Amino acid sequence: MNLIDAAFARVKEQGGTALIPYLTIGDPDLETSVQIIKKMEQVGADIIELGVPYSDPLADGPVIQRASERALAAKQVSILSVMNVAEQARAEGVKLPFILFTYFNPVLQLGLERFFELCLDKGISGLIIPDLPIEEDAEVREMAEEANIHLIPLVAPTSKERVARISSKARGFVYCVSSLGVTGVRSDFHSGIDEFLEDVRRSATVPIAVGFGISSRDQVERFAKQADGVIVGSAIVRKIEEVLPKLNSAAEREAALDEIGQFVGNLKIS
Amino acid sequence: MTRLPDERGRFGQFGGRYVPETLMNALNELEEAYQKYSQDEEFQAELRHLLVKYSGRPTSLYYAERLSKHLGGAKVYLKREDLNHTGAHKINNTLGQGLLAKRMGKTKIIAETGAGQHGVASATVAALLGLECKVFMGEEDMKRQQLNVFRMQLLGTEVVPVMSGTRTLKDACNETLRYWVSNVDDTYYILGSVTGPHPYPMIVRDFQRIIGDEAREQILVEEGRLPDYVVAAVGGGSNAMGIFYPFVEDDSVKLIGVEAAGKGVETEEHAATMTKGRHGVFQGSMSYVLQDEYGQVQPAHSISAGLDYPGIGPEHAYLKDTGRAKYFPITDAEALEALQLLSRTEGIIPALESAHAIAQTIKLAPTLSNDEIVVVSLSGRGDKDVEAIMGYLGGNGNESH
Repeated sequence: MNLIDAAFARVKEQGGTALIPYLTIGDPDLETSVQIIKKMEQVGADIIELGVPYSDPLADGPVIQRASERALAAKQVSILSVMNVAEQARAEGVKLPFILFTYFNPVLQLGLERFFELCLDKGISGLIIPDLPIEEDAEVREMAEEANIHLIPLVAPTSKERVARISSKARGFVYCVSSLGVTGVRSDFHSGIDEFLEDVRRSATVPIAVGFGISSRDQVERFAKQADGVIVGSAIVRKIEEVLPKLNSAAEREAALDEIGQFVGNLKIS
Repeated sequence: MTRLPDERGRFGQFGGRYVPETLMNALNELEEAYQKYSQDEEFQAELRHLLVKYSGRPTSLYYAERLSKHLGGAKVYLKREDLNHTGAHKINNTLGQGLLAKRMGKTKIIAETGAGQHGVASATVAALLGLECKVFMGEEDMKRQQLNVFRMQLLGTEVVPVMSGTRTLKDACNETLRYWVSNVDDTYYILGSVTGPHPYPMIVRDFQRIIGDEAREQILVEEGRLPDYVVAAVGGGSNAMGIFYPFVEDDSVKLIGVEAAGKGVETEEHAATMTKGRHGVFQGSMSYVLQDEYGQVQPAHSISAGLDYPGIGPEHAYLKDTGRAKYFPITDAEALEALQLLSRTEGIIPALESAHAIAQTIKLAPTLSNDEIVVVSLSGRGDKDVEAIMGYLGGNGNESH
């Protein structure tokens, strides 16, 4: 069984909502990313999205753009090193499923065959590729199915008649984009969000999760009844950015990790 | 030859639509609207009217006799896109897409710009058609092209500085796409080159093919035969695609694309996507991309802000891989030399972009015989670059050597 399916099953049994935090790997460095992942597991995360830093993050707002720039500037962080972080975290005892969040070009440059071998080898359970719409994903989808790695599709409020086509093919869960635009913290969501989520629910055969712009416990609670999971990205990356100086100081590092943990833990509804 | 792109927006393996799901329906709507209006006689008549009466088409195909004699070889003809309203070929596309935006009921348009020519052409059309316009421009390019920034502002457009990444054209494109994702309901994106997701490479090519259609007709009148070579500069590749396209099925016509080699293809500072890039997905389509081994896109460099781009349109990638067109790099220094030579022999100051095509012609023409013909796309005039050129040449054209 794919670990993502198991995680949703467990959360459902407990009557909760899956918390799916995102972090940009390599911000500020690979070793710290491993520590943040461990912390996230301790405070109640159910699945973790590992963001591959990219030079041209089209779907991302300024917070994740900055994290990508920091990760790429500091060291040669590549899609390979992100997968190595997954392996390292697993070796240090992390049991949670890992989803790789990556733009398509780094996958393409590795070569699909090698990419999927590595995913299996390094313990990746799911993929989110924001610039690979269903029209372009046939080859990736087929290889993912074969490897039992879930290719998780995004649906947006603008998807309209595409919703059914996308949701019915989804594996793992359907990632519902809560607002038009790029990733980032915001105070309001798309006006038709509730109808949109109901629409996705009707056609999905797998759990549905909401993301883009969710930053607070109130917002998590707002979606807890409608969705099986919530994804929080930019708010966590911004928190990491905020405590960067502390993360880089030996004396304050633990306190900084705790602060990140507290922030993530506060978003968990059990 | 089959009609390309195919229904999936592909030119062979190149092209496609690698964009966030949020944009997919907008691209579908655009494609439908384009299919409808490109067949619509009223739309075509209105576009034709603006191209002729407003922009001054057809542009002339000019025999550059003094340049040809100086080079000693082929007869060189210049397709004078520099004589268009706003000074470059970009207006051919913005008039077309501006009319399309209006037909689609959009009241706001956005555009990216590098050198500022596409931004100015978009701002111009916005003013003409009464549309609200925002142009995204890298902060670095805003410094290099201050005159164009002010020109856009005069035309009533808001120029939005892009501070992310390289602060040049590449990131201006990213930022325009991000803005479009957030405002897709009421905003039309006028993409300026034959790049990006389908249907843009097709739409921009179709609106630019008038360059080649006219040139083909004009050379047949002048010389009674087709040229041996067609030469054009490529950044994203819109003027080149526009002049190449009507000649693609004429096997005797050799198509030459000229890309920016910056400080040299052996250095780190160039924009030679075809010479040094690999297949990859960048800004919505599969094409050639300047990138590292793990697929991170590399910053480009060129003296010309319009060629300073690490990608290229997918149809060019197709023409390259099928061997139908060939692509050569020209350095900053060679482009500057060519700019001065054309200025002095013909009294035409070309844009830095177009100077790359002239530089390749300087290499090519002397290797050919007197009865061979080269048609060069002179895509834009140099007015916008005069200040920058003054900086490079130390304020005195005579001291450049």
